[in-house]
Amino acid sequence: MSDDLILHLDNVSKYFGPVIALSEVTLALRRGEVHCLLGDNGAGKSTLIKMLAGVYIPDGGEYRVDGKPVRFRSPREALDAGIATVYQDLALVPLMSVARNFFMGREPVRRLFGALPVMDHALAERTAAERLAEMGIRVRDAGQLVGNMSGGEKQCLAIARAIHFGARVLILDEPTAALGVKQSVNVLKLIARARSRGISVIFITHNVNHAYPIGDRFTLLNRGKSMGTHAKTDVSKEAVLDMMAGGAEMKTLMHDLDGVTI
Amino acid sequence: MTLPSTTAAAAVAASPATAADERLRAVGAWRRLLGRPESGALSGAVLVFLLFAFSAGGSGMFSAEGIVNWGTVAGFLGVIAVGAALLMVAGEFDLSIGSMIGFAGMLLAVPCLYWGWPVWLAVLFALAVACTLGALNGWLVVKTGLPSFIVTLAFYFVLRGLSLALSVLMTGKTIVSSNGAAVLSDLVAADPVVHSLFQGHVLTGAFNAMAHAGLIAARDDGTALAMGIPKVVVWWFALTAVGAFMLARMRVGNWILAVGGDPNAAKNVGIPVGRVKIGLFMLTAACAALFAILQVADAGSAAADRGLQKEFEAIIAAVIGGCLLTGGYGSVIGASLGALIFGVVQIGIGYTSIDNNWYRVFLGGMLLVAVLFNNYVRRRVALGRR
Repeated sequence: MSDDLILHLDNVSKYFGPVIALSEVTLALRRGEVHCLLGDNGAGKSTLIKMLAGVYIPDGGEYRVDGKPVRFRSPREALDAGIATVYQDLALVPLMSVARNFFMGREPVRRLFGALPVMDHALAERTAAERLAEMGIRVRDAGQLVGNMSGGEKQCLAIARAIHFGARVLILDEPTAALGVKQSVNVLKLIARARSRGISVIFITHNVNHAYPIGDRFTLLNRGKSMGTHAKTDVSKEAVLDMMAGGAEMKTLMHDLDGVTI
Repeated sequence: MTLPSTTAAAAVAASPATAADERLRAVGAWRRLLGRPESGALSGAVLVFLLFAFSAGGSGMFSAEGIVNWGTVAGFLGVIAVGAALLMVAGEFDLSIGSMIGFAGMLLAVPCLYWGWPVWLAVLFALAVACTLGALNGWLVVKTGLPSFIVTLAFYFVLRGLSLALSVLMTGKTIVSSNGAAVLSDLVAADPVVHSLFQGHVLTGAFNAMAHAGLIAARDDGTALAMGIPKVVVWWFALTAVGAFMLARMRVGNWILAVGGDPNAAKNVGIPVGRVKIGLFMLTAACAALFAILQVADAGSAAADRGLQKEFEAIIAAVIGGCLLTGGYGSVIGASLGALIFGVVQIGIGYTSIDNNWYRVFLGGMLLVAVLFNNYVRRRVALGRR
């Protein structure tokens, strides 16, 4: 069971001209786990998620879904395979209502007078409110504009939308980066809820304090190379931070700035 | 705006007694109405009517023939404002609307008078060419990623130049109403389909009956002075209804809002952004052609310089109607109310003692006030900010 891999990047590499963005990186996502992908700026996290999401095709190595090799030619194909990516811009329109955003591009349609196809606003508002409630988000009114929501609520809306439309794998690109403390906790809770529903999550972050409490396993990227994958049971938070920031060098830095922790 | 909604939800789950969200403030019906995009245009229209009721109330402006007068002006503008508003909600402009009106008028008149085409065929021809040019506009905008302001500004000049040059080349003049024995107004009147769709008035009988009963002014022969509701007004109402329904209730309405609100987000969720935009450029061009057909049928002539500045009037009507210049927000009904304000002011000023030249001053001021008001409403009411 522990090796039931839903996604598997096996020794993949990606080059942009002379630049080696990723070099023989292996990432194995088990079914139902929260897998944290950690790395500082420029480590190759973005390239890796774009590969998972079907934006890039690996130049070397193999990408397997449910054990079968795949070559996604577009993000749509990855989405059809149940791999949904929530990017930092969230793909939400502030001046549209929660329900309209929730069903954007996949509007429920009913026939008015048995002929005229119209968007089923009642169904959209009810479903959006219900799905958000299941995720622990209480929308005050599914007709309210998304621009009125807080950053955390927007993040949760984007995640709930991905789950509703059949995501088996959720790739979350720095979902807590722009959020305050409380809202970050809400998003972390939401990730835990997604896991309890059997959804596998890849959680990209550079904040160990967010990653450690929720993650089952951690993969560290540094300058395009994988520093290995570690289960939470085998590694302490300090060790993760050490590996991420380049160990000794960071220690001296933090020693100079007395009392600083990340 | 930090909102611990999950905590609130947890609290609700723990104690079902607190069913209502304590963070949800009661919002009055008045505020809800203000939050709609067309609220500015609605209050503007009410203001303008009150203004003219006081200053021109006794002058016949609100008699049947007065209403038909400004209703016609509003109707013509309303026809193109509907297209312009939907396009603006999708985040684009069309500055070639006015030139398209002149061009489409010629596309209708020249085949009828010089090539011997039946009028209905020339009508279809004008609509088809306009739609093709609209698609070309849209395709260029989508493909090049250039601002539609620039692309359609090019067509603003190209189409106007083509109308003038081609009409001189083919007819030797820039205003055509007849060629030998062929007279445009007779041809249009003789074509049953085109005549019944685009020329004259509806409800003429009802108006005559009202005149007979002494309710409205009559001519010497007993028929009503106002000949009925002009067909352009019927088109205006119909287009407004269809456009508003499309935007609010149909799937494509959600797409239009999304494409204008955030094209990148729309693309990411699988909306065919390019197709939506090109379709709306075609619709706008078709509205301009419809304007031209109605105008040719009404005036009995086509002129290459028709439709001057109509693109600005259509855009102003859309903006007064609550459309954001940046897209993603707006209302077709609002744009129609904007057109109504135009008609009332433009014609109404002639019923007062005010010099006609003040009309443009008024419109400019109205535009500025509308934009400021809409910004205010969007921030304060729709988005709840200060």
